[in-house]
Amino acid sequence: MISRQTSQKIAFTLLTLAAFVVVVPIVLVVGYIVVQGAGAISWEFLTAMPREGMREGGILPAVVGTVVLTFGTAIVAMPIGIGAAIYLAEYARDTWLTRLIRLAIINLAGIPSVVYGLFGLGLFVLFLNFGTSILAGSLTLGLLTLPVVISTAEGAILSVPQSFRVVSISLGGTRWQTIRHQVLPHALPGIITGVILGLERAAGETAPILFTVAAFYLPRLPHSILDQTMALPYHLYVISTQVPGMPVEVQFGTALVLLILVLSFNVIATIIRSHFRRLRQW
Amino acid sequence: MTEQAKFLIENLTFYYDSGPPALRNINLTIYPHEILVIFGPALSGKSTLLRLLNRLNDLVYDTRMEGRILLDGEDIYAPGVNVTELRRQVGMVFALPIPLPTTIRGNVTYGPRLAGERNRARLDELTEQSLRAAALWDEVKDRLDEPANALSGGQQQRLCLARVLALQPEVILLDNPTSGLDPLSTAKVEASLQTLKRDYTIVMVPHSVQQAARIADRAAFLLSGELIEHNIAAELFTRPQDKRTEDYITGRFG
Repeated sequence: MISRQTSQKIAFTLLTLAAFVVVVPIVLVVGYIVVQGAGAISWEFLTAMPREGMREGGILPAVVGTVVLTFGTAIVAMPIGIGAAIYLAEYARDTWLTRLIRLAIINLAGIPSVVYGLFGLGLFVLFLNFGTSILAGSLTLGLLTLPVVISTAEGAILSVPQSFRVVSISLGGTRWQTIRHQVLPHALPGIITGVILGLERAAGETAPILFTVAAFYLPRLPHSILDQTMALPYHLYVISTQVPGMPVEVQFGTALVLLILVLSFNVIATIIRSHFRRLRQW
Repeated sequence: MTEQAKFLIENLTFYYDSGPPALRNINLTIYPHEILVIFGPALSGKSTLLRLLNRLNDLVYDTRMEGRILLDGEDIYAPGVNVTELRRQVGMVFALPIPLPTTIRGNVTYGPRLAGERNRARLDELTEQSLRAAALWDEVKDRLDEPANALSGGQQQRLCLARVLALQPEVILLDNPTSGLDPLSTAKVEASLQTLKRDYTIVMVPHSVQQAARIADRAAFLLSGELIEHNIAAELFTRPQDKRTEDYITGRFG
């Protein structure tokens, strides 16, 4: 029989270990990429076109492609996602239809990203005839991002105290005025956080862009939204597996740039959230 | 009474969900420029009745209502009634002061702005007028653009009253407005109500029987959703007709 004090100590030790085990791989991964890739980072690496079968030159088109795709994703996912969240949180009653919608959203979140890629290929690239293009890629990534945007935005909307709604309605506000003037301003930080977290995931995805937009090797910037483009995650995959004799430094440098890009999204989300939290007056 | 009724409540029965009725066959007339107090123990249906008068219960799903409520002779539940307009006509002050998370001025002008008032001078005028009527002007006139949350509880509740007055309503509903207030603030709110009834009709759920007796012109006693009796306050609190009313006001239960 172990004494209560001993079991308490064992539990505490195990829990502490678990917390550290989580941190260790993150530190190792980031540290390894930084150490291996930092040497490749230079002005030329960031601003030049790739040369010599991507072994030389820079990764500019991939960086631009990823940034453009992220914006495209935001343009697709934000209006639909936030609109759906407002509907579900503010207007929808608990009926079989809204239950079905919620179920669909949960399931959307669980679909493997490669399936989104195939779906995007079938619907946007082929059926709607957008071709392999930034448009098709943005729509595909937008769909992938929707569940995250909807559920975080809905959570943010629901966390606005009900009493503000009742007060606004009782002062002669319509439902929409109440949403517009009371609910949305206070839910905004949460909504923005959700959108950025969703975009962060989209920016790093490879499978959905594989069939819909990503170019293997296209050493120029895209001309229009119907143009293909290179993108960082896919570029990383290509130079790591498809190009013989690729300098390791370039591979890790590319990974580092992608990492920094995604992390900067995170930082922006945190800044926005804390900025709005300071403005909040309840 | 020869006077025209402000509110006429006829055979009103109201259900939440499928349970027993929250209100049973209520018949009550509310006259202009009076303070009508609706009192009774918890869960007797006072707040429900109050919320039916400006259709705030519309926000609750799965309710059922029988009977009619007329405001100035018009059925407020008739199809086609402009509910937001009704809520401006019949304002509500809640038990707990809930300032909107904005400035003092922002709170007072919220209703008029939603109604489309954009004129800055008109809004300023409304702000001063409403805050004066709620006996708050002198305390806040120099800090109208500070957060409403910085006010004390008593000031917040008077702000909520001012916010309703800025709608320029005809009727003010007060659902236990002094529940969270200290005696001094309570006295201030009660005093402003006595002034306000010159311009408005006031329907109030009081904090206690004592408060009811202090401020009511007429009083209605509700018990388990039934209107037991209603009368001029001086009569009802001194010579109640019903044994249950007498038991309640003398503190034998409740």
